[in-house]
Amino acid sequence: MNALCPECEASLQLKDVLTGEIIVCPDCGVDLEVTAVAPALALALAPKEAEDWGE
Amino acid sequence: MDSSSSGASADNEPSSPPAGVPGPGSGHRSSVKVGVLLSRVRVEEKWLFEALDKRGVDYDRLDDREVEFNLADPGAWRKYDVVLERSLSFGRGLYALQVLNQWGIATVNRAAVAATCGDKLATSAALQAAGVPQPAVRVAFTPEAALAAIEAMGYPVVLKPVVGSWGRLVSKVNDRESAEALLEHREVLGNYQQQIYYIQEYITKPGRDIRVFVVGGEAIAAIYRSSPHWITNTARGGVGSNCPVTPELSALSLATAAAVGGGVLALDVLEDADRGFLINEVNHTMEFHSSVSATGVDIPGKIIDYTLTVGQAAREAR
Repeated sequence: MNALCPECEASLQLKDVLTGEIIVCPDCGVDLEVTAVAPALALALAPKEAEDWGE
Repeated sequence: MDSSSSGASADNEPSSPPAGVPGPGSGHRSSVKVGVLLSRVRVEEKWLFEALDKRGVDYDRLDDREVEFNLADPGAWRKYDVVLERSLSFGRGLYALQVLNQWGIATVNRAAVAATCGDKLATSAALQAAGVPQPAVRVAFTPEAALAAIEAMGYPVVLKPVVGSWGRLVSKVNDRESAEALLEHREVLGNYQQQIYYIQEYITKPGRDIRVFVVGGEAIAAIYRSSPHWITNTARGGVGSNCPVTPELSALSLATAAAVGGGVLALDVLEDADRGFLINEVNHTMEFHSSVSATGVDIPGKIIDYTLTVGQAAREAR
């Protein structure tokens, strides 16, 4: 599955990813969220860490 | 495709949890309907999905950015026997649990447990009420009162936000000058919770602390988190290794879990040279990916088995 990084437009090839997973663009280093895997792979900038995030 | 794709792929390789002992639910189809409320699919969530799939469980992924609740009508939420809360956001997780529990829908963990564990002052109060050993804690609401409390406790102390995780803004205060500076900085931070001054006795650690995982009524695993830095969170570079769950550690862990309401919990335990184990914090939506490899314990499997037990009980009570 291929998609372009929305930040730097690098072409990323990903396999075995799930919707909601966070990946790092190897070209520009931005955090990306996999927003769809079907019918086509879609990527968006990942949400920024919020103050109440944690475990 | 550019040559850098292998880097992206490497980030996405889910390492599998060790084979370990299959959980009691393995191989049996469960009739319990499970909802998993989440923000992101981390390694932890992938392993939880695998454990659900392995047990043949019917489950839905519920993205906390998309869910909504009509208080007057649970609607489609009624189909869930149990909801496993894995939100990254404390606020979203807590309020979702409150609505679900109000409707009578079982959750892991319960809203009251999240409310206690997500707030360090509420945790400390619950531990104090139950007689669970912990570092001394004082609380104040103004910088002046906080400074007086710090001076009364003696340096060093640890200043922590009441809500927060991964060691964010946790500060060791070594002397009066740094206390004054930190309190001044906290005063101008936007969130009102930053003006609740939670001051904790500093415990000199032997280069590590202990994280104990409690699921249901059992302390299933523990790791040492070692770091040359006084903050030992694995999110901050602490390195995990297996820690034996001794009868003493197990008993204290179960007493701690009971004090905050029980469920699926990760306890941060300090070792004091004189007083022995002290409970530092209790986490209610824990991360565990580094602990599975360190301990060999199938933590996600145990979480799912416990969740199914809660769901089954709720189903039978309907």
